[in-house]
Amino acid sequence: MRMILNRKRVFLILLLLGLIALPFAGLSNYMIRVLVNCLLYSVLALSLNMFSGICGQISLGHIGFFCIGAYTSALMALRLGAPFVVCFLFAGLLAGLAAFLIGIPALRLSGGYLAIITLSFSEIIRLVILNWVSFTRGPMGLPSIPPITLFGIRFASNIPYYFFMLVFCILVVILMRHIINSSFGRDLRAIRDDEIAAEAMGINCYWNKVTVFSCAALVAGLAGSVYAHCMRFIDPSSFKTDVSFLVLSMVVLGGMGSIAGSITAAVVLTILPELLRGFDDFRMLFYGLALIIMMLLRIIRPETVRRWTAPVRRALSPRRTVDGSEV
Amino acid sequence: MTLFLQQIINGIALGSVYALTAIGYSMVYGVLELVNFAHGNVYMAGAFVYYLLAVTLLLPWWLSFVLAVVIMGFFGVLYDAATLRPLRKAGLPKFTGLISSIGVSTVIYNVFFLLLGAETKLYPTFFEGRLLRIGSLSINYIYVVIVAVSTGFLLLLTFFINKTKVGMAMRAVAQSAEAAECMGISTNRIVSVTFFIGSALAAISGILSCMSYRSIDISVGTAITIKAFAATVLGGVGNLPGAVIGAFAIAIAEVLTAGYISSNIRSISSFIILILVLLFRPNGLMGRSVQKKV
Repeated sequence: MRMILNRKRVFLILLLLGLIALPFAGLSNYMIRVLVNCLLYSVLALSLNMFSGICGQISLGHIGFFCIGAYTSALMALRLGAPFVVCFLFAGLLAGLAAFLIGIPALRLSGGYLAIITLSFSEIIRLVILNWVSFTRGPMGLPSIPPITLFGIRFASNIPYYFFMLVFCILVVILMRHIINSSFGRDLRAIRDDEIAAEAMGINCYWNKVTVFSCAALVAGLAGSVYAHCMRFIDPSSFKTDVSFLVLSMVVLGGMGSIAGSITAAVVLTILPELLRGFDDFRMLFYGLALIIMMLLRIIRPETVRRWTAPVRRALSPRRTVDGSEV
Repeated sequence: MTLFLQQIINGIALGSVYALTAIGYSMVYGVLELVNFAHGNVYMAGAFVYYLLAVTLLLPWWLSFVLAVVIMGFFGVLYDAATLRPLRKAGLPKFTGLISSIGVSTVIYNVFFLLLGAETKLYPTFFEGRLLRIGSLSINYIYVVIVAVSTGFLLLLTFFINKTKVGMAMRAVAQSAEAAECMGISTNRIVSVTFFIGSALAAISGILSCMSYRSIDISVGTAITIKAFAATVLGGVGNLPGAVIGAFAIAIAEVLTAGYISSNIRSISSFIILILVLLFRPNGLMGRSVQKKV
């Protein structure tokens, strides 16, 4: 046991060193921007994974909270001249609060209904921003958002954004591991596996769902804030429902509830379109086909997959809980 | 008052188009408990297939209409058989079907985008600009056609579901797929029939609505998805008369919002109705509450 843990720790340290060295490996500015996007999508996928993966509820409106975060942060920086830390925290808080208020009514539903109602809420958020021209400039968007200034350092290139997002992403991973292994996380997994049984065991399904929905939205809002300051221009068309679908498919592709899976899927699905730039028109077509094929591949029994990937898995050896399920 | 009546008439014409789409939704949800995200793009595809047949291939309009509807019906069957049935057979959770339907929706959208591009096209219609005048009201002739055709198909469907053997089997599968299977009903065949009818109705609705707007572009399917779903939920999912009533309510609310408040927020009104219904009467206006069983 000790041996495996050590090997795993060595692997993680090497991975971390690799990630720190990555931007200095002679990558172009554009490639580092792609890496920043990978990390942004990883954070989004991880936050949705809290809700969809651990708790088993489908949300098609995750982008709405990302949008709230981006607009809060941008408007505070532009209108009030607030420092980044304040914008960042407020973006998270406001997104979390919005999710709490939306969650109270919406989470009484589940399944397809929940998917549709979350989608509706995110569309309402986008339509309000689009039409409230006096406050958000509507379709014209918000240009020249100031870049992040942290501890007196102005983020002039993509490299500081990369490191900021790396730290943020690692913190989210740590947060998620803590949630999974806490009693709160066990309650959530019980809800995912069988809501009626969980309720019968005295778990308050409804409040647990509202809590995790708000947490997921809070993280998405924080990511939105970084996005706004990194892109320096936002408009409502960046927050369409397609992005929610994209993030959900990252969670599903990576495996519901799997941290490493979400990150891998986020990286693959962010880099893949960049590689397909030459086939711009066909990109979304491939993406749709990929979704269908991904679902059809699930027909292959998990035992078969497990047998094929056994050597790799042994090397990476995820921690197991008492009941033997992966976390 | 005239303005109000005029709006109501527009609402009824719009509502009958929504109703045809909503019924397909409701039928699929009733049988499979699946939110079919591809339905809106089947509607768009139906309208485009008619366009291709009637404008590009210059077939007579009635032949194009029948062909487009039948092609989309078979497309629905194929879509279910290729992407949804294997998932059901493997007993995978419901969300896999949901994501599969999102994939199919994306594929349809992009295939038509590649074929025809994103620009808006003039759609062939009838009774160009002719108006039926009743008192101070003027009604577009095409609206009369739309309402008549929709009502005809709705009556036909009601007859089919209530009086024929296949219709009875469909109701049985909707109540309990397992029990129906035990009674010797082939659920797969019934699901295929459901998809055929649902997709064909969506195609009819797409063609009619594009005729009334006299234009088409590839985004028409996206908007209708939510509206048809809102109508379905408002009426009570799986309840076909409910879906029709829901569709008219949504359409009239939308038209009145556009007429009296602002046309920018007309889409918001259907979202708000959807949310209010889900909150206060999740089983819809005409739906029965279902006891959750372990």
